Amino acid sequence: MTTPAVTAGRDAARARASALHPGAWWVWALALGVAASRTRNPLLLALLIGVSAYVVMACRTNAPWARSYGAFVKLGLLVLGIRLVFSLVFGTAIPGTLLLFRLPEVPLPDWARGIRLGGPVYLEEVLFSLYDGLRLATLLVCVGAANALANPSRLLKALPAALYEVGVAVVVAMTFAPHLIADVLRLRAARRLRGRPDRGVRGLLQVGLPVLEGALDRSVALAAAMDARGYGRTAAVPAAVRRTTAALTLGGLLGIAAGSYGLLSAVGGVYGLPLLLAGIVAALAGMWLGGRRTPRTRYRPERWGVRAWLVAGSGVAVAVLTVVAAAYDPAALDPPVTPPAAPVLPLWPAAAMLLGLLPAFLAPHVPEPTGKDRRP
Amino acid sequence: MIRFEQVSVTYDGTAEPAVRGLDFEIPEGELALLVGPSGVGKSTVLGAVNGLVPHFTGGTLRGRVTVAGRDTRTHKPRELADVVGTVGQDPTAHFVTDTVEDELAYGMESLGLAPDVMRRRVEETLDLLGLADLRERPIATLSGGQRQRVAIGSVLTPHPRVLVLDEPTSALDPAAAEEVLSVLQRLVHDLGTTVLMAEHRLERVVHYADRVLLLPGPGETPVVGAPAEVMVSSPVFPPVVELGRLAGWSPLPLTVRDARRRAGTLRERLTGADDTPAPAPAPAAALTVPALRAPAAERRRWWPGRRRASAAATGGAGAGGEGGSTEAAGAGAGSGIAEAAGVTTAVGSTGTAGAAAAGSAPAPAVVDRLVVRRGPVEALRSVSLTVSPGETVALMGRNGAGKSTLLSALVGLVEPASGSVLACGAVPHRTRPRDLVRRVGLVPQEPRDLLYAETVAAECAAADRDAGAGPGTCRALVTELLPGIADSTHPRDLSEGQRLTLALAVVLTARPPLLLLDEPTRGLDYAAKTRLVGHLRRLAEEGHAVVLATHDVELAAELTHRVVMLADGEVVADGPTAEVVLALPAYAPQVTKVLAPQRWLTVRQVREALA
Repeated sequence: MTTPAVTAGRDAARARASALHPGAWWVWALALGVAASRTRNPLLLALLIGVSAYVVMACRTNAPWARSYGAFVKLGLLVLGIRLVFSLVFGTAIPGTLLLFRLPEVPLPDWARGIRLGGPVYLEEVLFSLYDGLRLATLLVCVGAANALANPSRLLKALPAALYEVGVAVVVAMTFAPHLIADVLRLRAARRLRGRPDRGVRGLLQVGLPVLEGALDRSVALAAAMDARGYGRTAAVPAAVRRTTAALTLGGLLGIAAGSYGLLSAVGGVYGLPLLLAGIVAALAGMWLGGRRTPRTRYRPERWGVRAWLVAGSGVAVAVLTVVAAAYDPAALDPPVTPPAAPVLPLWPAAAMLLGLLPAFLAPHVPEPTGKDRRP
Repeated sequence: MIRFEQVSVTYDGTAEPAVRGLDFEIPEGELALLVGPSGVGKSTVLGAVNGLVPHFTGGTLRGRVTVAGRDTRTHKPRELADVVGTVGQDPTAHFVTDTVEDELAYGMESLGLAPDVMRRRVEETLDLLGLADLRERPIATLSGGQRQRVAIGSVLTPHPRVLVLDEPTSALDPAAAEEVLSVLQRLVHDLGTTVLMAEHRLERVVHYADRVLLLPGPGETPVVGAPAEVMVSSPVFPPVVELGRLAGWSPLPLTVRDARRRAGTLRERLTGADDTPAPAPAPAAALTVPALRAPAAERRRWWPGRRRASAAATGGAGAGGEGGSTEAAGAGAGSGIAEAAGVTTAVGSTGTAGAAAAGSAPAPAVVDRLVVRRGPVEALRSVSLTVSPGETVALMGRNGAGKSTLLSALVGLVEPASGSVLACGAVPHRTRPRDLVRRVGLVPQEPRDLLYAETVAAECAAADRDAGAGPGTCRALVTELLPGIADSTHPRDLSEGQRLTLALAVVLTARPPLLLLDEPTRGLDYAAKTRLVGHLRRLAEEGHAVVLATHDVELAAELTHRVVMLADGEVVADGPTAEVVLALPAYAPQVTKVLAPQRWLTVRQVREALA
């Protein structure tokens, strides 16, 4: 017999089993971001945003974090707006010829020479800052796509064991913020029940103390619960291993520091690189050994399978091809704004970017987390 | 399994020990129930089992506590995590991860179990607790009962040999509570798990217990024994025990079934008596409502859309506003007035008990075809309800049925998607809070939310100011409801019941004709509950309309005239308490079940009939 509940449960189980490794999404999204950072062509940038949006729409779930994409798009628009306003008010280094309009200029004292407030606004300036702002916005949107597609806390679970506790702290902090917001809303509602205005800044300020109090109470309760559930249990590790761990970690960090210094300074060009590499190896070994102190295991870690390779690979391909294209034909990817001309869509880079759509067809369609309709 | 040897716990900064003289042992595979009035140190005893007392809370523990042979003095809570699973009072404070499945796995991950074992146990626990269809759900979206089950599941997965639960069913509806208790029962029977739980709602749990640990009062010697023996002299007892004591049955019955088998003679003695329960409320004089001061409200709303709406609300209220308001209403939205007035008259003609709405004062609550949406979900679907002065109504239904949403709509915390709400003639979400508090008051689920001040005196002074009442009004109410509370007490140091009463006094300062309470008996012991029932009954006699959302069937039977049953946001039953609870066995109080087919609801009625 297959009741709806059972099917729903199975769907959910399948959803988790077929969920892509969160790292794959992040690689894909960050690679799109790298591609975005290589170009100022508004058409290409718009194409990138379109690609990310399409994939997000096709692959995202109904989970709370999946809604963050919209927030990131808004943030991108805000950044774009700020960039434009700044260039209008302060001007840019781009020489302009086509005067659009003239803002009232604020005369500044002598010592502030080089800074301009207001004054003429040229088309070239506006175009340049528009393109530049769009690039920043695209970067943000790409990060938003990663956020929406991959559960951030699952990504943290993929951290090495030695860093596990840091990961838990971050997860707890992330679940804390929504609680805090819920508290503020609840206490503002309670103000209304007391007959005080529940809107306005004052209302918000007066609930501040109770909210903090509640947050503190909750963290204490959570700490107690985590302790009682075995958080921070350590396995018995022989003293020799412990000492080796400490030595390796410290030595590794020293090696990294000295190696980086050597690489950057003029004198140590020879020993810099080997020392840096040795330091990294030692630090990683220390972390691996340190991980043995925590007896933790992982529940259903996402596997990095073929699909993860393909999703990550499609992103990396976009990035690499864009970088190559930027070296090969810089003008197409970074269209000159003087003289202003309508941007042209370069065919090959655009085709390369379409590769980023691959996950939409590769990644499994994830059924929505169910159960909502049955017990509201 | 759990062994206390001459244990006493003294917290830092207090002279007297919180508990003393604890000396008992709970053998493996027993379900032990820890009972006692509020504030006798039940949580302290539970905390001592998993070592949180004193490792986490501080204080001094004298004597020795051993669990599965491990001394809590030398083992920290985390080192006991594989033998003791603990669920505290508030399951939300317990969750570390964000989805159900991860939460179930978290404890096992900390203990380092093998992945295939974890997987198996998660599946097993999902089935055991009926959580399979919620596995991917974010915990934030779960209802109270679901959370409680997830919290229990999350400590079950490591297969602890001891389970410690603090009020596991207090927040649950009767059906969900049964579900949780049957799971515990199964664990005890099938897996030999030892369970120690504290619970105020003895009627739900006492018959499951193999052993009862009674803490009669602060500093008094604990009593340990079989449930029937302990219940003979216990200061806290469920109605079935009260009935047994009244009828002089020995040994005391703990279950409805036992009591029924012995109730033959009692039923005969009661045959002649009048078992018509809960007389309809005497048509009490409606409390007066101050007129809405509309012009002041107008000044604050400078955007046109809202102004029209609020003007319509004022006009519709018909509470005789000042000249300005009538003009504003007349000039404003005519249709709005017509609609609001239409609702009031419709209610007046079809109204239940009080046709008071027609001329003089509007009915305390008029809800008409109310629809409220929360996100994509319809939390309330076409709910209609009228409450008249002096009437006490219980809103019942499972967790997430829409009880709290309906209360929120009555105080204007949520906006209706369609339909209308009127609280004493005012549209709640369009009325200024200052004016609204004199019409409707809500004591929220967490009464602490209402209290901001450092001391009781400051809280009372603020309440007087907020309500525009004369100085000392609130303090007088506190003295009446809660004798013996010093002015300088911090509200946080009050017990659960005292805090609830303080919040009630704060709300009553404005003398709202409509009083709403959301789950008022959660965490209250029987004595505090009896006091609350007394207060509420008196308020109803004074003409307050009282609406309470509750899972507590005994409270509903004791106090209310009428029960409104909600399911999935719809009203599925609405009628006199006796009729509704008699028709729904899950919601019937114990006395009703014992004495059926006679229609008695409470021990009090039986006692009066026998007298």
